[in-house]
Formats: sequence, structure tokens, C-alpha cells
Amino acid sequence: MLIKQLSIFLENKKGRFTEVAKLLGEAGVNMSAFTVSENSDFGILRLIVSDPDKAIAVLREHLYAVSIAEVICLHCPNRPGALAKAMEIITEAGIFVEYMYAFSEGDVANVIIRPDNLARCAEVLTANKLELLAASDLYKL
Amino acid sequence: MIWNETMECMDREEMRKLQSIRLKRVVEHVYHNSPFYRKKMQEMGLVPEDIQSIDDIVKLPFTVKQDLRDNYPFGLMAVPMSEIVRLHASSGTTGKPIVVGYTRRDLGIWAECVSRVLTAGGITRNDSVQVSYGYGLFTGGLGLHDGVQNIGGTVIPMSSGNTQKQIQLMHDFGAKALACTPSYALYLAETIHNSGIPLEEFQLRAGFFGAEPWTENMRKELQEKMHIKAYDIYGLTEISGPGVGGECECQNGTHLWEDHFFPEIVDPKTLQPVAPGETGELVFTTLTKEGMPMIRYRTRDLTHLIYEKCACGRTAVRMGRIMGRSDDMLIIRGVNVFPSQVESVILELPEFEAHYLIIVDRVNNTDTFQIQVEVRPEYYTDEMNKMLALKKKIASRIQSVIGLQPDIRIVEPRSIERSMGKAKHVIDNRKLV
Ligand SMILES: [Zn+2]
Repeated sequence: MLIKQLSIFLENKKGRFTEVAKLLGEAGVNMSAFTVSENSDFGILRLIVSDPDKAIAVLREHLYAVSIAEVICLHCPNRPGALAKAMEIITEAGIFVEYMYAFSEGDVANVIIRPDNLARCAEVLTANKLELLAASDLYKL
Repeated sequence: MIWNETMECMDREEMRKLQSIRLKRVVEHVYHNSPFYRKKMQEMGLVPEDIQSIDDIVKLPFTVKQDLRDNYPFGLMAVPMSEIVRLHASSGTTGKPIVVGYTRRDLGIWAECVSRVLTAGGITRNDSVQVSYGYGLFTGGLGLHDGVQNIGGTVIPMSSGNTQKQIQLMHDFGAKALACTPSYALYLAETIHNSGIPLEEFQLRAGFFGAEPWTENMRKELQEKMHIKAYDIYGLTEISGPGVGGECECQNGTHLWEDHFFPEIVDPKTLQPVAPGETGELVFTTLTKEGMPMIRYRTRDLTHLIYEKCACGRTAVRMGRIMGRSDDMLIIRGVNVFPSQVESVILELPEFEAHYLIIVDRVNNTDTFQIQVEVRPEYYTDEMNKMLALKKKIASRIQSVIGLQPDIRIVEPRSIERSMGKAKHVIDNRKLV
């Protein structure tokens, strides 16, 4: 249920993201989802990919600073209020969300969540009958 | 171990007598054989007889780097060119290089002085030394080369560059010591680490590092990364090259071989001698050089001298760490900044690599002070606030040391250029009209 997410440190320079995308493409690694958190001089690119280990190897070989974080992926219907319900459950359980990002596909939405307590978060969501994607499902997207 | 006990452990009164005799001799030599020095002395109304002891040295005129440029290439030689057996030159960043010439005897004394440094670092005739200073016009390569041969050791004349091969041969030949610039040593240490060859497979136990100023923290890092003792070897082309002085096993000051090079410390503004032990600009007079003697040469290095006998048994005066160069000093928003201060802060923080670049510019009439640093791979994190906290940590440390708030830029791993020779730590883009 836990999903490996890559975080890549990038300077705010032209073409850096393109280079990462190109390297992964050449290695046959597919990007399922990504988000960028940035400030004035650098950014952190967070990525979910089809083959995390291969991606890490390729990026490190090209001297990128890559770290790995575990996240969960909530799979819910793409309609008003669905995400709010999940967030309420998380908040009530006293879990703090460090960051999250989402992508939707037609009538379903996937929300990547990085909580401070992964196990507990997964537990409360499942207990409330919310669906979490397994890594194998997500990498196939 | 001591190479030349008579000279290195001489009673200080005896040393002054020897220095007095040698100073008189070198002053006579330049007065009669160097039109440059004769003219300078005549302008001050000085004749050789005015110099009777080492205390009279303060009467003599100073020599500066510009004098070497103005007299390019051979104007400062004090012997016929037929007596000169080797030339070296140092590339200035601007203008003509400076050229120095050595007689056969000068080369012998130079090798003697390097031998003292190697011996103080525990190297004997049974050991091999990898010389990774550049060979050629630069004094580093050949200077160390002659010194190693003089003690009967084995030279591995690698010169600089070709880092993979450096490491392979260091490993295969079982080099006991490495001689190069401290920044190149850091680069080699990093490459060894990345090569995956276990450190235990190397025989390395000493490093002789010089040709650029370095810090205690850099020493710590080199010693830990390579499992060696890292010794300072000091020198400058104008005076002879590496080996003007070196550290002993106490690593508590660099012994200067003052039977050949007489050191003084003067206030860089007034040029008056400072009180013993105070910091100022280091000035050397070569007491035995024939080819191109230097009288009161201003090194621009800022340091202090320690006259107490060292725990190693040597009486030879010790030089403290070089605080910077009087001409490397940056003035940013009116504050004096030495790159060495920035360096010592960076080396104290385990989160950062030892490589850095200071970029100074002027925007809207205000100086900007940017420092580029690299975070060590294991300290990169996924969380933005932790990365920002790292930035803040180093900025506030530098602010407290220098008194000036830097603009810290964390850059991608290995994006700061690794140097083969002298590291370039400062880019000053200010166009001062
Ligand atoms: Zn000593």
C-alpha cells in the first residue's frame, strides 16, 4: 500500500526538468505523477514512476540528488466532497499532512498524500472504507 | 624525525649570529651584482657596511611582486645567466608572469629545505611519495620531486590531473605520502571514496599540502577521509618554492627554515615591524640565495610568528595559519571578508561539501554577497522547510563569523567546479570605476 516517491533537488535553471524527463524517458521509465515545490532558487521535484529503482540509478549516475519518501495514494470518485471526507478522517485521527497532490482521470481521482504517520493514515482510511492504490496499480497508470 | 638537527634545533642566539653573517653576505652580493638592488639602496643612501647584524634588516628597502614584473624576465638575476641552471615562473592572473632563476647551489638548498619538511612528516628513504603538484614552470612538482630524491625516497612523478589514474597508481605503488594542493587532495579523497576501493588497501599515511591557504577544518576533513596526517608545506615561487617551511608532527605551526629565509612580520599599512607574536604581513629575505636573492620581499600573506621552542625539539620559528592574503581580502559593504573565513564555517557543518564559490557583485550601488554551496547527498531531503532550514543555518553561522548576511544558494551536487590546482573560490563581478 505504501508507494515509493522520488524527490529530486533541482536548481531553478532552465531545462532542468526537461533533462530529468529525458533521462527517464531514455531509460524506459514512465512518470505516473509529479509535482514541484519551489522557492526562489531551487525546487524539489516529487515523482511517482513506473520503476523507482531504475529511475534512482539513472538519476544518481547523472549526479542528481535523489531521496526517497514513502507516500500513500488515495483512489476516490472524482466528484465534489469526496476528498473533503478523506481529509476529515485524517484530521480527526490527529495526522498531519506534510504535502499532497492529485491527478484525476475521468470519473476517478488519485491523491498522493505524505502524512507524518504513514501506517496510521493508511489504517484510518482503510477502516473508513476508502480505497488506497497499491504500488503495482499506480505504476501501471 | 629531524633531517638537519644542527640548523633546525640551533640555539636562537646562535641562529641570530648565523643570520647576521649571512645577511651581510647577501647584501654585499646584491649591492655588487644586482643593478636593481644597488639602485634601491643608493636611493636610500645605504651602503653594504650599514648592515652589520640581522637587526639592521629594517634599514633595507622592501621588494614587491610588481618589481619582478617590471624587471621581466631576467632583470633581478644577481649572477650571469650562465650560472642559472633552472627557471620557474608563476602565472599571474593579470599581466606578465614572474620568473625566478636558480643556480646549482640554490637548487641544492631548496631540496635540503623540502627534505626537512618530508622528514618532519615521517618520510624516510624507504618510502615513496606521490607528487601530484603540477610539473613544469610551477615550482610545486619539481620542488617536491627534488626533495624526495634528496632524502633517497622514491618519487612517483604524477603531476596533476588524470584523477582516476592517480588513485590507481597510489593504490598499486603503495605511496606512503601524497603531495599536492589541499583542494586537489579533497577532490582525490572524494574520488577514492566513490571508487569503492577500501581505504585499507592504500598505504597512504601522510600528506604534504600547500600552494594555497587552508584551514584546520580542511585538515580534519583530509585526515578523516584519507586516514593520514595532513601537513602544511609552505613556500612561494619568489622565495624558492615549496619548502620554505613545513609542519612537524605536533601540527602546531609551520616551522620556517630561517637559516635560509629570514621572516619578519610588518603592518601592511605602515610597513613597520609589529610586536612579536602579532599578526601582520609576512616578509622574507633570502639569506643564501645566489641566482635571484629577495630582500624583504612582501608575501602578502597575513600570519604571525611563534618564537617559543616547539614540543618536537626544533627551535626554528613557527608561522601560524595564514589568515588570508592582504590582496585577497574582499571588502563587501565596507566589511573585510577573507574567503578562508567562509571556508572554515562550511567545513564545520557536516551537511555541506567542502567546495564553495563566493560571488560578489554590485546591484543598485549595493554589494551583493552570494555563496554557492553543495549539500552532501545524505542531507538532501524531500521537505522544503528542512532544506530552507539548512540554508538559514549556514547563513547565520557566516553572519556571526563575518558580520555580513550572505545570500546562500544551494546548488546541485558537483556543480561547483573541482580544481586540479589552486581552487577558484571567488568571482568578483564588481566594476569599480
Ligand atoms: Zn615542531
